[in-house]
Amino acid sequence: MSSAVEIQNVSKRFHLYLEKYSSLKERLMHLGHIPYEEFWALRDVKAEIQPGSTVGILGRNGSGKSTLLKCIAGILQPTFGQVVVRGKVAAMLELGAGFQPDLSGRDNIFLNGSLLGLSRREISHRFDEIVEFAELEHFIDNQVKYYSSGMTVRLGFSIAVSMDPDILLVDEVLSVGDERFQQKCLERVKLFQEDGRTIVVVSHSSDMLRSICDEILVFDAGHLVTYAPPGEAIRVFKEGLLALDATPVPEAELPVSVDIDVAPARPQVEITSVTVEHPGIGERPYVVTGEPLTIRVEYAVHSAVDGAQFAIEILSDKDQTLFATRSSGSEEAMLLATGAGSVTFCFDSLPLLDGRYLVNIDVRDAGGVVIGLAEPACDFEVMNPSKATGVVALPMRIEVVVPGSVRVTSP
Amino acid sequence: MGTVSETDVPTVVGVSSRQRSFVPRGGRGGDGQELVARIVSSRVTLRARLRELWNARELFVFLVRKDLKVKYKNSFLGFLWSMLNPAFVLLVYYVVFKYFLKNPTPYFALYLFSGLLIWNLFQTATTGSASVIVANSGIVKKVAFPREILALSQVGTATVFFFFQALVLVVFLVGFQYSPAWSYLPIAVFALVDLIVFSAALAVFLSAVNVYFRDIEHLILVLLNAWFWGVPIIYSYDLVYGMFARHNLGWLEKLYLANPITTVVIAFQRAIYGHVFVKITGNPHYVVLANYPYHFFLELLGGLLVVSIGLFFGAMLIFGRISGNFAEEL
Repeated sequence: MSSAVEIQNVSKRFHLYLEKYSSLKERLMHLGHIPYEEFWALRDVKAEIQPGSTVGILGRNGSGKSTLLKCIAGILQPTFGQVVVRGKVAAMLELGAGFQPDLSGRDNIFLNGSLLGLSRREISHRFDEIVEFAELEHFIDNQVKYYSSGMTVRLGFSIAVSMDPDILLVDEVLSVGDERFQQKCLERVKLFQEDGRTIVVVSHSSDMLRSICDEILVFDAGHLVTYAPPGEAIRVFKEGLLALDATPVPEAELPVSVDIDVAPARPQVEITSVTVEHPGIGERPYVVTGEPLTIRVEYAVHSAVDGAQFAIEILSDKDQTLFATRSSGSEEAMLLATGAGSVTFCFDSLPLLDGRYLVNIDVRDAGGVVIGLAEPACDFEVMNPSKATGVVALPMRIEVVVPGSVRVTSP
Repeated sequence: MGTVSETDVPTVVGVSSRQRSFVPRGGRGGDGQELVARIVSSRVTLRARLRELWNARELFVFLVRKDLKVKYKNSFLGFLWSMLNPAFVLLVYYVVFKYFLKNPTPYFALYLFSGLLIWNLFQTATTGSASVIVANSGIVKKVAFPREILALSQVGTATVFFFFQALVLVVFLVGFQYSPAWSYLPIAVFALVDLIVFSAALAVFLSAVNVYFRDIEHLILVLLNAWFWGVPIIYSYDLVYGMFARHNLGWLEKLYLANPITTVVIAFQRAIYGHVFVKITGNPHYVVLANYPYHFFLELLGGLLVVSIGLFFGAMLIFGRISGNFAEEL
């Protein structure tokens, strides 16, 4: 079977006008030399999307992912190359685009459906289904301008999915509406997948793509960087992000230096450095789930302490404590004489999933008074090659008993 | 590790190997039958464009219906305005020319009306379509459909208004107990077809060009104003044409007749008003209409139809060339 979408050497050039001359006078005055910059939103992109697969398009803003989707949808024409699309396409780029506020919901269903390429008969046939899915039974004869934004989006989604497309193109629209409706939308998308329809989803949420996609196209600055299964693709995407230092954590929150804000003017114990060690160090700036991780703390003692304890706390980027512990009394009574020393916290197998995690370190004396603190002391990034999403990689295996046989699958 | 991301040449690294088992979609396109392939490229043939246009004919109907519904939605008199508005224009012209300027034409209102009907269609279609792509930028940017249909829907709307106004004309004819030149009615229908094709060509062209030069929608108003007086709607055809003929300005004469709207208007007037010559005080052979035989009208209109169809294809080609950038220009 031939592929559902063939992207053949597609390039798309935009002209970014430095000034917008859209009047005749201005065009004539600047005839032939309207100042503009060329911008290649896509450069020589080649890919094939197999029928029945769910493919994600991932990239930062301006990386060309939406442009590609628009080229597949036929809204934009590529400057060079072409896209061959086999089957009926439904593009959900903006739900409810083209709704006429002055017309009733009923009229808009017909107009919008027709705009998307449905025949009048098909629309009449599915009319009740559309209204029911959108939950607008009581409002269908009201003008759309009186609809809430949620109602408009529901109607838009409902019309789009009623198209019975072979290929569904989705542009981050699933993140609209209330949570219950979102759930409904996702269920509908799952149904499409089970039907063996082709789905192309654009998103910058790698978690969403990981959970629904078979394969992901990663774009950077108009180039197709990789086309691979989710784990691999997302890893490449995040590497790209880190390389550019374009991580979503704002500069101010980055734990660059060790800040000590304890009561004593000069802490008894000064934490001089905190480093993260993992097998891939030097090659990549992240830890892979399941790898060993070591956090090494170097400190300097300014005045001797008896019975000191070191504590570590690991936080998610939402400031939620995931794990906290301390070197307690079971250890030999720690007498810190003045001078330098170090302490290491070793995780044999890191059970965390994707994300950026912060580490806090503190030192307390026998009475529990904080005598040294680094908060946050350092941070690290985790990449997860599996399909799992969430925060913690709980060790597990899946056992499915099917009639007649037993199949055991490990994640 | 980072090898893939570092290569400059994008390569297809993997082609789908689904982990989830699935049944390829049956139904339409199943049973070994290939699905219809659509090609998105900057070079799409005129034939493919026309086919897409034809496939979207239902959309055309919905768009026209939308225009009709939305236009007078919140006005008290609603749809009546489509008839009242031209009726007022007619009244003004009638009073000015009949009583102030002493136009001697009998049934002058009917003469005026038959020409104005045609003009209204042309004017509504061209002014509406000039701004239609820009006005509908929301859907042009987000939905894939043959964009020409937006311009054509404006011609469709104007045509519907034409028929409503024609109803008023019928009322006039019945009221005056006036009989049109029945034998020329096919000519009138032919003229209407010509007008629609010509308007469509202009509509498609203007709608596309206006995306790049937003002046067009304003410029067209000025040009239409001048154009209106170049068409024998208020004055008689003979007044201008005869003047050129008398002064041996042959080329101007031809130029005057080459105005497509003039051709349509004189044919329409010939059918509706009917009387080429009328008796007025002091002149038993006062010329009101263009004095051409039936076959000449046929030739004229036939020629115009060929030209209009040619223009329409030309407009489609131009539209096709520049519509690829609509979504980014808007």
